[in-house]
Amino acid sequence: MYSAKVMDHFSNPRNVGVMEDYSGVGTVGNPVCGDIMKIFIKVEDNIITDIKFQTFGCGAAIATSSMVTELAKGKTIDDALKLTNLAVAEALDGLPPIKMHCSNLAADGLKAAIVDYKLKNGLPTDDINLDKECCHHSCCSCS
Amino acid sequence: MQQVYLDNAATTKVLPSIAEAMCKTMTDNYGNPSSIYKLGQQAKSILDTAREQVGELINASPKEIIFTGGGSEGDTMLLMGVAHAYAKKGKHIITTAIEHHAILHTCSALEKEGYTVTYLPVDEFGKVDPATVEAAITPETILISVMYANNEIGTIMPIREIGAVARKHGVLFHTDAVQAAGHIPIDVKADNIDLLTLTAHKFHGPKGTGAVYIKQGVKTGSLVYGGGQEKGLRAGTENTAGILGLGLAAVHAKENMKENSKRVTRLRDKLIAGINEKISEVRLNGHPTDRLPNNVNFSIRYIEGEGLLLLLDMAGIAASSGSACTSGSLDPSHVLLAIGLPHEIAHGSLRLTLSEFTTEEDIDYLLEKLPPIVDRLRQMSPLYSEKYNRV
Repeated sequence: MYSAKVMDHFSNPRNVGVMEDYSGVGTVGNPVCGDIMKIFIKVEDNIITDIKFQTFGCGAAIATSSMVTELAKGKTIDDALKLTNLAVAEALDGLPPIKMHCSNLAADGLKAAIVDYKLKNGLPTDDINLDKECCHHSCCSCS
Repeated sequence: MQQVYLDNAATTKVLPSIAEAMCKTMTDNYGNPSSIYKLGQQAKSILDTAREQVGELINASPKEIIFTGGGSEGDTMLLMGVAHAYAKKGKHIITTAIEHHAILHTCSALEKEGYTVTYLPVDEFGKVDPATVEAAITPETILISVMYANNEIGTIMPIREIGAVARKHGVLFHTDAVQAAGHIPIDVKADNIDLLTLTAHKFHGPKGTGAVYIKQGVKTGSLVYGGGQEKGLRAGTENTAGILGLGLAAVHAKENMKENSKRVTRLRDKLIAGINEKISEVRLNGHPTDRLPNNVNFSIRYIEGEGLLLLLDMAGIAASSGSACTSGSLDPSHVLLAIGLPHEIAHGSLRLTLSEFTTEEDIDYLLEKLPPIVDRLRQMSPLYSEKYNRV
């Protein structure tokens, strides 16, 4: 059902945990849907120097969270903002179709953390399109 | 690595002696049961024997047993058949919110045909109240369908009482006994059952073979057109080997039911006690006592079921969950929602179902592996750390 890469990131998730001195934190998803993801970022000189996540969700939700932290670490804020949910899924060699739907929201979580960082630092956020993936797929009771 | 199979409500291992007998009959008794020569008649006698064996399992006469291709086919055939045969009397059917999809989806199909279906609620343990059933009956009601025992949470329904209500009002009573047959005693006469569905693979018989009980005089219909096999109710050359396996499984289940039930119930209760003791914030779903001897179903807070199943699988344990991810839809199990669980708790359910092959060691192994797996997922879960203010 899952690719070897998904299983690897699910069973050995990278950067899992919480961060005390974060620069930004973002939460996406909804426990009602069965997926909720929280991302902490540490930003220094416009670069994401550290990143941590916590996820309540299925194998795909955990694997995509892990993958997005790996992809984002060391990137500039601008480059990190270019990451999409699709790119995360592709980096994992794909996800089963039903998982593309609801459990693939890691890039949204990263964006939410970046928005939080920018707001805290008085930086403009109007260039960031912050859709909650879960909700625009009208998944269960998100509305 | 140890392999522990705890998903016997999904399907069971075929008894090796049954598998052997089935293989042998495929090469020895390959005649068509409808043929008049000896090879055909030998095959027919296999069907006759199995019909008696299945009848004995549920206290029905062999002539009231029709072989099918399994549980979903049986449910669909009976509901559709009765609905169409009695349409002139009325177009109302009563069932429950926690039936198997074979019932619920057939009911949806009937609703599209103009039938009205009442889906009765259940209590927190998954039981339907016979008084609620009685209150739902209208002059239009032609059929009541209530499962004997639930496939997810194992709750055993008050079938005899519901049967009595149906009898009193002259309404036909069907029960989906797919999870109960071969596990707990069923007596269609004492239970006032007019129609019943069962399938072999839930009690160590083969997949793809089941049977329905149709009380003499009750009209139904066929889903398959063709020859006149099974009294014209199920056309097509009979699956002789499968039916032989079903009959043998019925004999085995009946002969060993008391002993197996006692042993499996003890292991079930040990498993329930162990999970309650070793893992915090869990909830046993289903009825504490009126439940199938082999069913354990827990909600484990702050985690999601699919991740749990994947990690258990890595430890060699096969189990099941009612989470959305494993139900193939975006919503968690309709059964867990119907007993009143909030979505987020329904997502974290774990079903462990035992069989006569389950050993004490299997239970010990599960109880050793499960707590650290739950802990690992909880450490990853933002819901858990938020609850315990560890951010």
